[in-house]
Amino acid sequence: MLGPGVPWYLAISAMLFSIGVAGVLLRRSPLVVLLSLEIMLNSANLAFVGFSRLFGELDGQVFALSVMAVAAAEVCVGLGLIVAMARRNLVLDVDRFTELRG
Amino acid sequence: MVAWIVWLVAAAACLGTGVRVVTATNPFSSALSLIGNLASLAVLYLLASGEFVAAAQVLVYAGAVMVMFLFVIAYLGGHADAPWAGGTRVIQTASVITAAALLGVTLVALMLDAGGRLSDEADVSRAFGSPAEIGRLFLTDHLLAFEVTSIVLLVAAVGGVVLGMRSEEEVSVDARLKPVTHAPSQADAEEASA
Repeated sequence: MLGPGVPWYLAISAMLFSIGVAGVLLRRSPLVVLLSLEIMLNSANLAFVGFSRLFGELDGQVFALSVMAVAAAEVCVGLGLIVAMARRNLVLDVDRFTELRG
Repeated sequence: MVAWIVWLVAAAACLGTGVRVVTATNPFSSALSLIGNLASLAVLYLLASGEFVAAAQVLVYAGAVMVMFLFVIAYLGGHADAPWAGGTRVIQTASVITAAALLGVTLVALMLDAGGRLSDEADVSRAFGSPAEIGRLFLTDHLLAFEVTSIVLLVAAVGGVVLGMRSEEEVSVDARLKPVTHAPSQADAEEASA
């Protein structure tokens, strides 16, 4: 295999996932929360591709492509929600949206 | 050797742009950093023999999805928001500790197994990860997933349209705010001809 082995890919994947978690928990703007979600999805994709290479099976890459399609759908709905919020003149701050809190 | 250098540069770029996405105050910088992040991830996919995934990553993700993001940020005006603004200090500390703990647990799990099963990779042919191989899998073993994906995308598109529709209230407000257009009257037409 060219370059470092699979554990290095998994380490990078873990670091990216933690960065994404920190972004989702820390940031208040729903746009940046969505961007951090994308980082988390991509770190999962990196782990999928790494494991796919480890086992020599292409199923992991097929799953990574499916994750990409789901991420596109998620962005479509998420951005639609954000634009709908902005059009109702709501403040774009995830801490203010407490109506559904139990 | 060259592959190691490329890998190190791509991994460093990946982590650096990832941190920048989370810490940038301007959403525009966050989105642009995410494009860099996705591009450097594509390089990592290439090194792990995921050629088609890397191409799809650049085309679909860094291209289409991020352009949509940038359009929405431009539409909303992308006002700056400090990464640490909002939330109490306890919440902020807890968030950082949660992320760090997650990272620690995963890295320890990785290190415990390093040198074991994780390091002996299977031998793969040159066609591994090529579009032809992936396409064959999508149309044979994973045909159901392929078809379900198309339905998921269709539902998301319909959802986007429904969310983007104007409510009747908004339409009536718009109608009231619309500037009165000056229809050309008979007198104007006569004046013009004379």
